[in-house]
Amino acid sequence: MSTQDQDREQTATQNLTLVQSVRDALATEMESDDDVLVMGEDVGKNGGVFRATEGLYDEFGEDRVIDTPLAESGIIGTAVGMAAMGLKPVPEIQFSGFAYPGFDQIVSHMARLRTRSRSRYTLPMVLRMPYGGGIRAPEHHSESKEAFYTHEAGLKVVIPSTPYDTKGLLISAIRDPDPVVFMEPKLIYRAFRGDVPEGDYEVPIGEAVTRREGSDVSVFTYGAMTRPTMEAAEELAEEGIDAEVVDLRTVSPMDRESIVESFKKTGRACVVHEAPKTGGLAGEITATLQEEALLYQEAPVKRVTGYDVPYPLYALEDYYLPNAARVADGIKEAAEF
Amino acid sequence: MSTLERDPGDGMVQVLDEEGGVVGDVPDLSEEEFVAMYRHMKLARHFDERAVSLQRQGRMGTYPPLSGQEGAQIGSAMALAEDDWLVPSYREHGAAMVHGLSLTETLLYWMGDERGSLVPEDANVFTPAVPIASQIPHATGMAWADKLKHDGETDRAFICYFGDGATSEGDFHEGLNFAGVFDTPNVFFCNNNQWAISVPRERQTASETLAQKAVAYGFEGVQIDGMDPLAVYKATTAALEKAKNPGEGERRPTLIEAVQYRFGAHTTADDPSVYREDDEVEEWKAKDPIPRLERFLRNQDVLDDERVAAVEESVREQVADAIDAAESTVRPDPGSMFDHVFAEQTPEIRRQAAEFAQLREKYGDEAFVEE
Repeated sequence: MSTQDQDREQTATQNLTLVQSVRDALATEMESDDDVLVMGEDVGKNGGVFRATEGLYDEFGEDRVIDTPLAESGIIGTAVGMAAMGLKPVPEIQFSGFAYPGFDQIVSHMARLRTRSRSRYTLPMVLRMPYGGGIRAPEHHSESKEAFYTHEAGLKVVIPSTPYDTKGLLISAIRDPDPVVFMEPKLIYRAFRGDVPEGDYEVPIGEAVTRREGSDVSVFTYGAMTRPTMEAAEELAEEGIDAEVVDLRTVSPMDRESIVESFKKTGRACVVHEAPKTGGLAGEITATLQEEALLYQEAPVKRVTGYDVPYPLYALEDYYLPNAARVADGIKEAAEF
Repeated sequence: MSTLERDPGDGMVQVLDEEGGVVGDVPDLSEEEFVAMYRHMKLARHFDERAVSLQRQGRMGTYPPLSGQEGAQIGSAMALAEDDWLVPSYREHGAAMVHGLSLTETLLYWMGDERGSLVPEDANVFTPAVPIASQIPHATGMAWADKLKHDGETDRAFICYFGDGATSEGDFHEGLNFAGVFDTPNVFFCNNNQWAISVPRERQTASETLAQKAVAYGFEGVQIDGMDPLAVYKATTAALEKAKNPGEGERRPTLIEAVQYRFGAHTTADDPSVYREDDEVEEWKAKDPIPRLERFLRNQDVLDDERVAAVEESVREQVADAIDAAESTVRPDPGSMFDHVFAEQTPEIRRQAAEFAQLREKYGDEAFVEE
């Protein structure tokens, strides 16, 4: 946190939404590195359906902001070939729920080419995809399937929750020699603004950040769920429960050390994500605490997650998604056990 | 001529007939190059026979044989310039060998040693892809990257190999479609060997030819006799040239359908007697590319009994040496499996690698390795 504050003092800042910070990161890296290009459906003239690439086409031209045919496997598969040849493509999948036609390319090739070639080839590519619910979207537009990519060795999976982190993490991801799946919480694309330095800076991949210090219970979360979690923590503070909120920022590789350290301090944990419970990352975090800090444990680890049902149409999505009330209930259960 | 302008199978590009007689324009190759082509084909055949035998003896894992494809593989790979790129499926041992991948590396790969995946830096050969057709978008992306890096001009072409079954996959469509749209310097080389394991070519598509699918992508498709190495060489040379220097209004990519036959099984784990007739195999063996080229070269006085015997002798030696080298390679360091996941190991991978090392130290490798 302190380094972030220093950065803010040193550089001129802008007040950006999260999606604007995506665009700012892309523009910053494209400006400084000719090998960086963006590609995908509607990313060019249209500036992306969420406007994440707005204006880049005019600024960098059609060879670096490429409108591709509508073909997820083609987008990801050709990006694999481009990256192997030394470019740094940043393909966009319009919604994470549409990534599955390209899933084979992600898991069979994007994740494995370094291993498959004994490091002769590396893929400095970043696969961007908006994920998650809460925007009243049609079917297949609200999924939160980060566990798929986290389970696949060879991929890094980043999920930011603030405009500042989004820019710094995306720049780190583009500079990373290995492939990164960059999942953007579209619920908070425009929900608020934050200070974002001009120019380039990195937020390191693989490091969690403590959003709120607390002594009674550790709450682990990431992405769009960071907001209701913080809200719940503030509400509970008034009731005398002091929750520590840790935002993972990168779900793979996961910052186990920070998770375990926080838990050792509080002895109680609640994990919050909007992805379904079974096979979700809350299970991984819980198991890590069992392995690393069993003797510090004062209460069962509580999981507040989406349900094991296909993401519902929007008339019911408020019931599906964890909100501040559900999160507060979960934190209380862990705190009061 | 476009594939749609003539009847399928009729006028298929051919230089040598089945007897090795000349029926088309012979490509301009020197005597040495002709002998090299013959030698590479004999080498690929002998390698293949030995590889199958090694698998049968338990000295190698599952292996995909290539016999029958020597004309297609060697004829096309010899057309490549050193700078051109070769993007193989999992069966192009012969083509990859011509373009700089050693037989020892191919053997190591199929013997389960990851080091066989390390293509030397001086060979423009991509690592083999096992999922069907998935390498096609890679080849398009590679060619596209080359074009982008050189402001639309390129002096390299990218040849990508796949089988007839691959043409049914979405990735075939997506890879060729992107290549057409972005006019990339690609040659898509379909080894139509008639069978995708047990499913015949007729079950892959109702199209009369595979080559005609190129029309849908806006570029040329040609159907060639894939068991005629000279026809293959000629068609591939023309396609590579067009990829680098297209004519006015001409699109760079080409889809080549090389009509041929896989003599053996799909892999050593497959038994083709279940799904195909012996008569069919015999019919195709009469078109074997090796005796066909040999008869032609004997007629040209390029080969005689003595030179053929010398080629056979040197090919046997080369394959035996490759097998010795592969089998005498010390097994890979087990800890190396943690080395090539990321440029830098993550904390969790480091932790798992350390735990693994401790377990080996505690119990010894005999506790892990099954005899």
